[in-house]
Amino acid sequence: MKRILTLLPATAVCLAFVSGLAYSIWQIAITTTSVDLPGLLGENLDQSGVENPVTAVLLNFRSYDTLLEIGVLVIAGIAGISVARTSSLEDPELRTSDTLLYALQRWLIPLMLLLAGYLLWAGSDRPGGAFQAGAVLAASGVLMRLGGIPMDFLRPGIMLRLGLSLGFAVFLLVAVTSALHGGEFLAYPPELAKTLIVVIETVLTLSIAMVLLALFVSAPVNNAEEPEEGGSG
Amino acid sequence: MAEWLLDVLLVIALLVTAGSVLWSRDLFRAVVFFIAFGLLMALAWVRLHAPDVALAEAAIGAGLTGVLLLDAARHLSNGKSGGDDNKEEPS
Amino acid sequence: MTPSLLYAFAGAALCGIGLFGFIVISHLLRKLLAFNLMGSGVFLVLVGLAQHRSGPDPVPQALVLTGIVVAIAATALAVVLIRRYFHLSGKTALEDPARDTLPHQGPREVREAPRE
Repeated sequence: MKRILTLLPATAVCLAFVSGLAYSIWQIAITTTSVDLPGLLGENLDQSGVENPVTAVLLNFRSYDTLLEIGVLVIAGIAGISVARTSSLEDPELRTSDTLLYALQRWLIPLMLLLAGYLLWAGSDRPGGAFQAGAVLAASGVLMRLGGIPMDFLRPGIMLRLGLSLGFAVFLLVAVTSALHGGEFLAYPPELAKTLIVVIETVLTLSIAMVLLALFVSAPVNNAEEPEEGGSG
Repeated sequence: MAEWLLDVLLVIALLVTAGSVLWSRDLFRAVVFFIAFGLLMALAWVRLHAPDVALAEAAIGAGLTGVLLLDAARHLSNGKSGGDDNKEEPS
Repeated sequence: MTPSLLYAFAGAALCGIGLFGFIVISHLLRKLLAFNLMGSGVFLVLVGLAQHRSGPDPVPQALVLTGIVVAIAATALAVVLIRRYFHLSGKTALEDPARDTLPHQGPREVREAPRE
């Protein structure tokens, strides 16, 4: 009875929210706008240095968003690591000694690394790009971690810091350099656009994979490990 | 017509899976439903002509989120008996 | 009414389902799942609404791509925090403030003090 009483206002709030949202979607849908964003993008695509429109938007026309996004990712990674205790990385309890997993790993990891490289390269003219490649790279790292392959670069140290900040640092460096050379902040010189985009995408891939992998590894794992904390709780 | 049918079915499947995520009995099942929801979202992105987003959703929604949440769900429900003991102690 | 608009309305419904779950369910991991459902709904509204008149539009697609990656990073961070909370308190739900502060105020203060 009490449960029903507490559910009722929540249901009412959600129904009101959904109907308001649906009404405003309908209102926006039936009004016509004069801005033709896809057309505008198609006209300027040849200036961007890449043929895939989504990559052009992400890394050229709206690269400010992407710069801030990798900044957010790095902050999330740092927050995760600071809560974590990576000492449990070497805990033998965590290593799965599963024969099937080992066999799977031997087949899948090279393929996944290859796929990540392909996705990164394909991003310039086909669906693909830094985000997808970073996700696949992180997934193969997770698989390696589950199989107990030691990955020392994930322990707090110079490699981890370098990997986390590489994407943001290179992106920012490019932005500031182009601003110093008389252009706008983040406006690449047209003849170098393609090279710069590929370089930025590569370091972004590494950084994104590193952030996701570090966040996965940093989940505090086992209760028995820290008796001094478990006892007080 | 067939395309409309596909879209409507996909939307219904999305909503049903989303409901199952919230109201399935145990946590493990909810996480599995969530992975299925991610895959259906990838299909929806393909239907919306967004192959880039579909690729990202398939790699992230099915691969990374699945592993992360399954690991967390196992950890949270494993320690449940120990956790209840802890809760009893102070009171 | 185009298929894109259908997906936009589905996104609105997903937002509602996610919001309901986020309010009602107390288990933290399920709250996180509900929050992610809400996020997916927002992405669907963004792309579906932008595309229903003019066809494929790369600008909202790129924004959604950025959003998905930020969402997974936020989810991973939330999982780290939830596991930490579970590790420290042994609970999978937040404490009910109404039940906790009123009767137990005195003993709680005493119990908290030595831990700090």
